[in-house]
Amino acid sequence: MDRKTILSELKKVLAPYTENKELLNGITEETDLIKDLKINSANLVDIIIDAESAYNIEIDFDSAEKMYLVGNCIDVIMDKMNQSA
Amino acid sequence: MSKRVVITGLGVVAPNGMNVPDFLHSIKNGISGIKYVPQFEELKFNCQVCGMPQFEWEQLRNYITETSLYGLKGKGIAFGIKAALDAWMDAGNPIVSEETLYETGCVFGSSVADTDVIKNAITRVDAKESKKLGSRVVEQIMNSGVTAYISGRLGLGNKIVSNSSACATGTQAILMGYEYIKYGMAKRMVVGSSEYVDSYVFGAFDSMRVLSRKFNDQPEKASRPMSISAGGFVPGSGAGALILEDLDFALARGAKIYGEVLGGSNNSGGQRSGGTMTAPGAVGVVKCINDAITEANIRADDIDLISGHLTATIADKQEIQNWSDALGRRGEDFPMVNSLKSMIGHCLSAAGSIEMVAAVLQLEHQFVHPNINIEDPNPEIIDLITANNLPTTMVNKEINVLAKANFGFGDVNTCLIISKYK
Repeated sequence: MDRKTILSELKKVLAPYTENKELLNGITEETDLIKDLKINSANLVDIIIDAESAYNIEIDFDSAEKMYLVGNCIDVIMDKMNQSA
Repeated sequence: MSKRVVITGLGVVAPNGMNVPDFLHSIKNGISGIKYVPQFEELKFNCQVCGMPQFEWEQLRNYITETSLYGLKGKGIAFGIKAALDAWMDAGNPIVSEETLYETGCVFGSSVADTDVIKNAITRVDAKESKKLGSRVVEQIMNSGVTAYISGRLGLGNKIVSNSSACATGTQAILMGYEYIKYGMAKRMVVGSSEYVDSYVFGAFDSMRVLSRKFNDQPEKASRPMSISAGGFVPGSGAGALILEDLDFALARGAKIYGEVLGGSNNSGGQRSGGTMTAPGAVGVVKCINDAITEANIRADDIDLISGHLTATIADKQEIQNWSDALGRRGEDFPMVNSLKSMIGHCLSAAGSIEMVAAVLQLEHQFVHPNINIEDPNPEIIDLITANNLPTTMVNKEINVLAKANFGFGDVNTCLIISKYK
């Protein structure tokens, strides 16, 4: 799976936690989940749980801490997918 | 100097009405919200009927944000949000305020935090999957969940209290809010209570053999307060909410005023002199009613209507006796009395607030709602207060002062006195 595909899949994971859905249209790898998408920081754990389930991976605490930009999320997801492959 | 406290908004989620206009129509016409529940038969409950609001999650869409609605599973919290925000809007307020409203607080009660949500947590943890619980569980299993959602949505900044005193919870919440305003600690309070009786709480009551079991094939007949064939109560769910305001604050913003809270009392019989964990003691109840009358600065003879606790158990007769002793009135001189539970069952923590919404509506529209299912009234009750004071159809009548009481497990009592605003 390439970064572009993951990014478009990730939009679906982020949608329930993003109040203003229009913000999702313009996301790039530099988009900050909290600052740009206005996602409540408490919901980052829910996003991690949903991503684990969507990609059938496990995201450890250290990796989870890196997931604040969309690009970081893609890094972690790709990394974990490669590990489990 | 103490302040006068008026009622400026109403909201309700009831088994026989999901909003105030529908609820008003139902209570005028004696429409029951009690239904047969097939699941209760499968679970081998003795009582297989209950009062459940016709609620769907979609109804909350315009009440809270989409992200907040996503992940909300607690129905008791959902009922409370809807009733409270309906009351807030009924009082003429916009839902969203930019600033924190430090003059406005909230007292909202419940009996148990949502057991459906708790069950999910228990199942996950026992399956060693606590990692999958996510961020939304704690806020829904904490007892203050409902007040946290309501106050957060409205931006309330005064006292935010989640109270609990079993079946006296709703009236106690209203009394507490009234007192905060009366003594100048708040200008406005969102008050009420909510309850979602799931099968676990239901089963525990069923096991106590205090629930109605002989009318499973006629659900609308199952809740029979003051009837000789009353054989226990029917559990109900829902929420009721009121907006209470300092009179000057309400007048300054040109609010519609439904009525005035004149006073009230909240006490306990201390589980002495006949009072127990499960039964209210007569001495405490009579004192509670008398203290409320004193607090309200009225005479017992001023009371035009009693909205009773009256659950449809053997305690009904004793409750009528207690009212009679407290007021020093009997026979034709006794005021009319009704029990909303005949139509919606006993909504436990939510009973007091839903019944208070009904009380305010009767005051506002000058009528007495019918008691349904007392075609066979308890003769001892009739002997004491006559059949004329137990209306079975709606009565249009001048009502200036109304007394409302609820009594809960733990021998806790609350009585409120409301009147028309003059």
